Amino acid sequence: MGLKTFERGIHPSYYKELTASMRVEKGLHPKTVIIPLGQHAGTPCEPLVKKGDIVEEGQKIGDVKAFVSAPVHASISGKVKDVDFYQTPVGMKALSVVIEGDSSVKEWTGTADLAALSPEAIREAVREAGIVGMGGAAFPTSVKLAPPKGRAIDTVLLNGCECEPFLSSDHRVMAEEPDKVIWGLRALMKAVGAQNGIVGVEDNKPDALEAVKRAAGADSAIKICVLETKYPQGAEKMLIKAALGRKVPLGKLPLDAGVVVNNVGTAVAVFEALNYKKPLIERVVTVSGDGIMEPKNLKVRLGVTFEEVIAQCGGLKDASKEVEVLNGGPMMGIAQTTIAVPVVKGTSGITVLSQDAAAALKYNPCIRCARCVEACPMGLMPYKLGDQGRTGMINEFKEWGGFACIECGCCSYVCPARRPLVQWIRVGKAKSRREEKLAVKAG
Amino acid sequence: MEEKTAEIKQGARLVVASSPHMRSVDSVPGIMHTVVMALFPVVAASVYYFGLRALLIIVVAVVSCLVTEYAVQKIRNKPVTIHDGSAIITGMLIGLMLPAGFPLFGVFLGSFFAIAVGKQLFGGLGFNIFNPALLGRAFMQATYPVLITTWVSPRTVQKAVDAVSAATPLALWKFEAKATLLSDLFFGNVAGSLGETSVIAILIGGLYLRWKGYVNWKLPLGYLGSMAVVSGIFWLYDPLRFASPLFHLCAGGAMLGAWFMVTDMVTSPTTPLGQWIFAIGGGVLAIIIRLFGGLPEGVMYSILFMNAFVPLINKHTRPKVFGEGVKE
Repeated sequence: MGLKTFERGIHPSYYKELTASMRVEKGLHPKTVIIPLGQHAGTPCEPLVKKGDIVEEGQKIGDVKAFVSAPVHASISGKVKDVDFYQTPVGMKALSVVIEGDSSVKEWTGTADLAALSPEAIREAVREAGIVGMGGAAFPTSVKLAPPKGRAIDTVLLNGCECEPFLSSDHRVMAEEPDKVIWGLRALMKAVGAQNGIVGVEDNKPDALEAVKRAAGADSAIKICVLETKYPQGAEKMLIKAALGRKVPLGKLPLDAGVVVNNVGTAVAVFEALNYKKPLIERVVTVSGDGIMEPKNLKVRLGVTFEEVIAQCGGLKDASKEVEVLNGGPMMGIAQTTIAVPVVKGTSGITVLSQDAAAALKYNPCIRCARCVEACPMGLMPYKLGDQGRTGMINEFKEWGGFACIECGCCSYVCPARRPLVQWIRVGKAKSRREEKLAVKAG
Repeated sequence: MEEKTAEIKQGARLVVASSPHMRSVDSVPGIMHTVVMALFPVVAASVYYFGLRALLIIVVAVVSCLVTEYAVQKIRNKPVTIHDGSAIITGMLIGLMLPAGFPLFGVFLGSFFAIAVGKQLFGGLGFNIFNPALLGRAFMQATYPVLITTWVSPRTVQKAVDAVSAATPLALWKFEAKATLLSDLFFGNVAGSLGETSVIAILIGGLYLRWKGYVNWKLPLGYLGSMAVVSGIFWLYDPLRFASPLFHLCAGGAMLGAWFMVTDMVTSPTTPLGQWIFAIGGGVLAIIIRLFGGLPEGVMYSILFMNAFVPLINKHTRPKVFGEGVKE
């Protein structure tokens, strides 16, 4: 009790025990990878290779001259088999590079002296390595490291909450590579000129906490912050409130509160980019859920298909049953229409849940029990917003703060009438945006 | 392209739904049936004090509510939802708010009105503005003004003819300036509505609901607390003329109302501040009616009155959005 946290939120069943204590295993080297050129928030890359080209592991294969973007790299050596539109795990099709691999594997080693690196050099290396937020949102990290002029950042906050049920990739990264996490944190602090570094970890990961504490040592600039286990502790704004007591102004970004938030996995990627000159070509993925045979934490090459990863975890428990395959965890993950989609930079987990399709669609009238209001970490009234979104009451939707919704899913989770509140709020946002666009056109 | 579609076909049958993909186990029928369970101690107390006649009234009310709901939904060609438990609660509460000698046809009429007009006319569960049971009770108050206030002494109704009529503690205090033993009030050994007399039975049910998490503590606390404070002020001013707060909390419908009607999810506000306003407003109103109104009891009208304000209260007590008004 008395641990730091934010207001409201929920305590779902976490099921972390399935994988939390399992060491990260190396995934099998894939024969083929599908690498989408747009796997980050922002402008998608343009291909730098064409069909038939020979590429080397770590070679840049896509880039674009845009501020909010991140290049993509070949995750294996081999030959470009195809450059075409393929389904991605984040919903839409994207131009992708398909590489047929040879069996060669590159060794990535090296050391860097952080003291000798300038903030600009760090930012440039982070961009060139194609690093994006690895917690799921995949926002280009280099953009976070380049705050607008006059905006002082005093704290870099590493997000080790991993509040999504089932997922344990961040947990394992902290427990197994704490020195890389702390080194990466120091590099991020230097890049933005922040004096303070904080690693926020929920108290359900004691071994990870111990490990990062030990790695941080006696450095007074770095604090390890123990947080209550509560969902969505890892949502940026909630984490900033919990760890620093600061509230990000409505409609603003963490940097408006003087903070930059990065995932712990991102910090490791920064370490590897600066020390090994290794771009972001692999990541730790938790494969879990009640539909999977052998839940695991796997370190896999980007672009390997879900199908292959699932196969490495013993496959599905019962292939005849209906399952939901999610990119991410059960609260915010995206349900897949096919398992031929590739693992991307933001794939923190693949969760397979047995699900009843018919039951998923059923809902009852709202009894105004107010549980959604009591759960919403953003202080919204989800039952109202849901109805406003569903029925297209755009003005009311905006007035009641619909756009502040972070889509964490707490409201839908607690709703005893099983109303798809988040979905309706998304509909409300989409309808509002469409209306605005039409207004501009008519304007 | 052929290869791509082949890969898709290999996959298991995939369910595609919107996030979140996990739900808590609570359901509307689950909540309603728990409230029904919570009312059992109250029903038991009513049978103990007023005999099987009490059970008969409650059963008639419940069956009438279910039949009405079924009939209205059939006529309107809507899905029948009598299994969700909400009509059972309405029926039980109607029965528990009536005196032991109330005619059964009247029970049916009140139940019919509660469900048909109080609930289904508004669109069914979740759409009603007023608590249906209280609306049904108000209807019976208007239709049977004498019979609904013809009370009998507890433990005398083994046969209806033997029943000894008596006044309720509130009426005794208001019209005859007679006090009632607090212990009798607490256990329910007084004349009154079937389920309103036994404070302890109501508390058992109410605390069970609180423990299950189906009662927002602000509502009973705000309602009973404000009743205690307002009645306490008058009592301190003139203890001979005004009854003590403890008497007010234990007498009449205060307890049943505070734990089972103020807390009705559908007809109470959804915002934290709104819940305080609603509960405190109701409690103040109930005492004012009791002390200065023509009726000895004000719980029913206080809650119905506040029900009407719920949409307005919700609108004007919208919580602050996280980060709203925070300076950069």
